[in-house]
Formats: sequence, structure tokens, C-alpha cells
Amino acid sequence: MASKKMADGGLPVIARFEVRHRNYLAPDGSINRPLPAFASDANLVTALYRAMLLLRNFDRKAVALQRTGRLGTYAVSLGQEAVSVGVASAMREEDVLLPSYRDNGALIWRGVKLEEILLFWGGDERGNQFSGPVQDFPFCVPVGSQAPHAAGVAYAFKLRKQPRVAVCMFGDGATSKGDVYEAMNFAGVHKLPVVFVATNNQWAISVPLRLQTGCETLAQKAVAAGFIGEQVDGSDVVAMRAAAEDAIAAAREGRGPRFIEAVTYRLGDHTTSDDALRYRSADEVQARWKEEPIARLRNYLVSQKMWSKAEEERLAAECHERVEAAVERYLATEPRRPETMFDHLYAELPETYAAQRRQLAGEGDA
Amino acid sequence: MPEMTLVEAVNLALARAMEDDSDVVVLGEDVGINGGVFRATVGLQTRFGPERVLDTPLAELLISGLCVGMAAQGLKPVGEIQFMGFLYPCIDQLVNHASRFRNRTQGRLTCPMVLRTPHGAGIRAPEHHSESTEAMLAHIPGLRVVIPSSPERAYGLLLAAIRDPDPVVFLEPTRIYRAAKGEVEDNGEALPLDVAFVLREGRDVTLISWGAMLKETMAAADALAADGVAAEVIDLATLKPYDEATVLGSVAKTGRCVIVHEATRTGGFGAEIAALIAERALTSLLAPVARVTGYDTIVPMARLEQHMMPSVDRIVTAARKACQFS
Repeated sequence: MASKKMADGGLPVIARFEVRHRNYLAPDGSINRPLPAFASDANLVTALYRAMLLLRNFDRKAVALQRTGRLGTYAVSLGQEAVSVGVASAMREEDVLLPSYRDNGALIWRGVKLEEILLFWGGDERGNQFSGPVQDFPFCVPVGSQAPHAAGVAYAFKLRKQPRVAVCMFGDGATSKGDVYEAMNFAGVHKLPVVFVATNNQWAISVPLRLQTGCETLAQKAVAAGFIGEQVDGSDVVAMRAAAEDAIAAAREGRGPRFIEAVTYRLGDHTTSDDALRYRSADEVQARWKEEPIARLRNYLVSQKMWSKAEEERLAAECHERVEAAVERYLATEPRRPETMFDHLYAELPETYAAQRRQLAGEGDA
Repeated sequence: MPEMTLVEAVNLALARAMEDDSDVVVLGEDVGINGGVFRATVGLQTRFGPERVLDTPLAELLISGLCVGMAAQGLKPVGEIQFMGFLYPCIDQLVNHASRFRNRTQGRLTCPMVLRTPHGAGIRAPEHHSESTEAMLAHIPGLRVVIPSSPERAYGLLLAAIRDPDPVVFLEPTRIYRAAKGEVEDNGEALPLDVAFVLREGRDVTLISWGAMLKETMAAADALAADGVAAEVIDLATLKPYDEATVLGSVAKTGRCVIVHEATRTGGFGAEIAALIAERALTSLLAPVARVTGYDTIVPMARLEQHMMPSVDRIVTAARKACQFS
């Protein structure tokens, strides 16, 4: 019996843990191990591919807009498109997404319009009033601070006996914050229907993972909170979707929270305000391009005869059109009147601030 | 009407709110079987069950963050932080999320939560248990900061805070949790937020305070009355947003104003009120606005805490000086 087995010092081992790693598609798109059933559903897998390619096109355009002064700071998903797309594709409409600021793939999958994302990064709160599911959370900029919200949302689901799941996404840096651990700990206590997804893209701006944690994996952090953490190849969208499906199903069925560490690589700068060459070499980045998720899935699709050159060309044109049309709508958005900054401060604006609003509107002194 | 203490009135309001609305959830450290370290939640778990009255892990940031998440789902969470000195891990959640949730999403998601915490010194508690940093909170746009000074107002204002569609930090004056007694009718009627209460009318000088300090302020008004000085006493009650009209109206009448708070002076909420009066009522003033406050020091531990807090004498002296100013 394990409990009888003596460890160093003659003391018994009273707990052990394991962390699994999930991967199906090799970097060249070949198949490493038996695929989940959905991987032969051409409609579904091509939909994942379309979503990732749209995101990459959208990111490229957003950076161009920023560089030409028509957008504020923007965070690209380059290299990690499979994470947000894979996770969102496993969610139901009635689930609630709590994204970080680099999960556009999930937002778009869930119905947020491209122009709404541009509006947010263009400096307009109306971007968060988006067309995605009405209870989805807005972009969360203070890193990891949305994790306790996810636990609160999941607690509400459990209290009301609703078969819904909260999905909380953050990066590797966020796993160093107490917010994330406090939320996971609470979720573990109450076996809440929540899935935590850490996109481990190796870099928190300039700080590499080895300075973020002494753990071999981020997934094992779930062990301390009393639930399963799985490491997933975050550049393999099939693995991401499969892992998210399993985790979300478990959460929905009342089997408690799950944690997914999506191991991938941030091929781009942290944001348009960052220059990653200050802290990592071009060679390092170049080497990681071999693993990126879009070419990987395209190779798989082609090898399975689910995708043709003609479809690729058609999709490229579609993405271009869709992005350009969104940019047009974004640029044509009527600006807000300055005094509207008061309009959602409180349900009803207290009189003392109403006077300030009038002043801003040029309707008298405050 | 039954007479009860302030903390009993808090308990009564929580029970009433939970009875009336199944979306109200109480959470915090030791709020369950133990009924809270001050017994504000006593009996609630037995009555409403452990799902609606939950003992959280010992993590204050979590408590405030859970409230935001629950509120986004339409629950009405009432979180308890055991002492104001333990509120600070919640500041990120209050500033970055609770207070701006409505604005960030342009009304798509809202944050009808209450965070309760004891406020102030004077109970000979250990270090970090005697804070009065309400001005910090009152600086946060989108938040409400409320502090009652009697059992009746604790009941009515807490009900209002729970029913309010926006986040409220509800500060409970620790020193008078049990010292303040009054008749409270459990009629489910809320008192208005954002409104100051005139506790005593007078024509000579306006005394403005909030929370436990109203005890000394009212005693000072009594002492002044014995001298023939009629002090008007205002309980500000809601600090954010505060009732400017009542303050200005009173100062227009008396021409003299003394602001009393336990918190340190510099950057205290009294400075805001003094600035308002300077901007909007200067010509009414017959004397400089005076502040009687805690000293600009770290709130001392038990042996010296009484010396930091404004005394009746200090308030009376300031009011007399204002009345004698020429």
C-alpha cells in the first residue's frame, strides 16, 4: 500500500500528483495519437481554422491602424490563436466568458463584432457594450483580477442550479497573482462550475516563465486548489478544443473546476507599445514559428483532404473583406459626446455630478 | 418598537433583506455559524442556509472579487470584511472593477454589491483594527460610501445599500456597535442614500460629522447649548456622493462650520467639505471653517488611541472659537 511506503527520512508519502500533457497534432500537422471524434468533422475543424485565420488577419490590420494613428495600444494574439478559439468553440452560448485582453479569438467566436473590439482599443467604452453573450465579461486589463469574478459567477450558477460554466482566461503572468490562486482555492472548496485557462505564452511582457514560477508546470497549481490541472499543447487547436470540452463538461456536470495550462508562444510583441527584441532574440522567435497553430492545422486539413488551395484563397479574400468592412464601420462610428462619460457612472446620476455633466456639456457652471 | 443596539440593527436589516429577496447572499470570514466577529450575521446561516450565508476562505481580495462576479449575475452579495484594516486587499476590486463595472460595459453589466466593514478606533483592539480611511474610498468614482450613526439609520441605510443598483461600501462604527441603542421597527423601510440627516437644528454653528464621532459631536452640541450656543448637527451619512445642499443650506444659515472626523486631517473628507464651503458659501461665512480631526499620525494602538480621536472638549473649543471670531 502506498501509505506504507516510506519516503526519505522514513516518513510516509501522503499525497502524490500527476499532470497530463495533451497533444494530437505535431507541429507539421501530422497526427501524434488517436484524435477526438470531432477532428473528422470537416465543418467544425474548418470553422476553427477560419476563426484563427480571421483573427490573424484582424490582428495584422489592427497593428496597421495603430501604426497609422487610428487605434490605441493593441495586443495581438499572434502564435496563440488556437487557445482562445479552441476554448470558445467548446463553450455554450449560456456559459460566461471572462477574458483577459488577449483573447480576441474567443470574443469573436462568441459573436463580438470586430468593430467593437477596435472600438475598445480605439479608446471607447462602447466596445465593451458588445454583441457577444450579454453576460460575458469585458476585457480585463488588470492581470488576473477577473479570476475572483469567475468564481463569483460560478457560485451564482451553482446557487441557482443552472447548468452553466464560467470560463476564465488569463496568461502565465497572472498565475503569480494571489487573485488567481484565491479564486481557484474557493472554486475548489465549493466544486464550482468554472474552468481556468492559463495561456502560457512563455513571456509576461519581458519576464520569462522561469522568473515567474519555480514549478515544472503551471497546471500543477490546480493541485494546490484541489482539482485537476492539465497541460495542453496550446498551438494545437484540436488539443485545445478537446481539453476545453472535457473540462467544461466536467464543470457542467458538477464535477468541479478544472485548470488548463495552454503551452504556446507569443510570436508578437506584448502590445503595439512593446519591442520584444529588447528582451528576446529574433532567433528564439524564428524557431518558435515552426510550432504555430495555423500552418499546423492547415497541414492537417490538407492531409485529411478537408481543405483545398481554392478554399484557402477564398478564405483569404473573405477575411480581408470582413476585416476591411469592420474597419470602415469602426472609423465611421459617431464619437461620443464628452458629457456621456457621466452616463453610466451610477444607475441614476447624483445631482452633484449632474451639475458637472452640465458643465461639460457647456450648459452652465458646475 | 423594540430597542436594540446598532449591531443588532445591522443583523435585522440583513435578515430582512434576505427574507425579502432570495438574491441577497451574505459572505465573509466567520459570518456563518459564528455569526461574524461582532455577531452582525448571527443566526442568518441557520435561517437562510449555508449556500446564502457562506464562510469564505480567509482572503479579503477574494471576498470583494466574488461580490463583483455574483453581482454581475444579478445576485445581491453583501460581503463582510472583519476590520477596516483588512479592507485594503479589496481596493483593486473596488477601484478597478466594482465602481466602474457599469461604466466599463456602458450599462451592460452592473455591480449591485455591498461591502460591509467595521470603521474606526476606540475599542482597544489590536493593531490594524482601528482604521478610518473613508476618504480613500470616497475618492473612488462610481462607488457609494455610507456610514450610519445610530441603530435606526444602520437598519434603514443598510437596506437602502443592499437595494441600491450600484456598489456600496458600508462602514459600521465599531465603537458604538453596542453603545448606541435605539428603537428600530423592522418595517423593511429603507432610508434615503446620498442624503444627510439633520440631527439637531441650530442657528449659531454647524457641526458636521459621521459615524461614531457623532456621539462626541452631539455631546458637544449639548455643552454648547448650556452656554447658549445653538449648534446644528449634521450626520453626513453618505460620504460618496454627499449631500452638498444640506451642508450649504446649513452654513448659509449659521455662517460657521466645524467638521469633525476621526480620520487623519490631511486629505481627510473634512477637507472636501471645507473646500465646498469655500467655493460655494464663502460670503455666508462669519468665521473660518474649522476641522476637528484625528492627528496626522498612524492610528495608535490601544494605549494611545483615545488621544488621537477628537474629544468633546476639542469640538466645543473649535465651535466656541468660530462663534467668537470677528
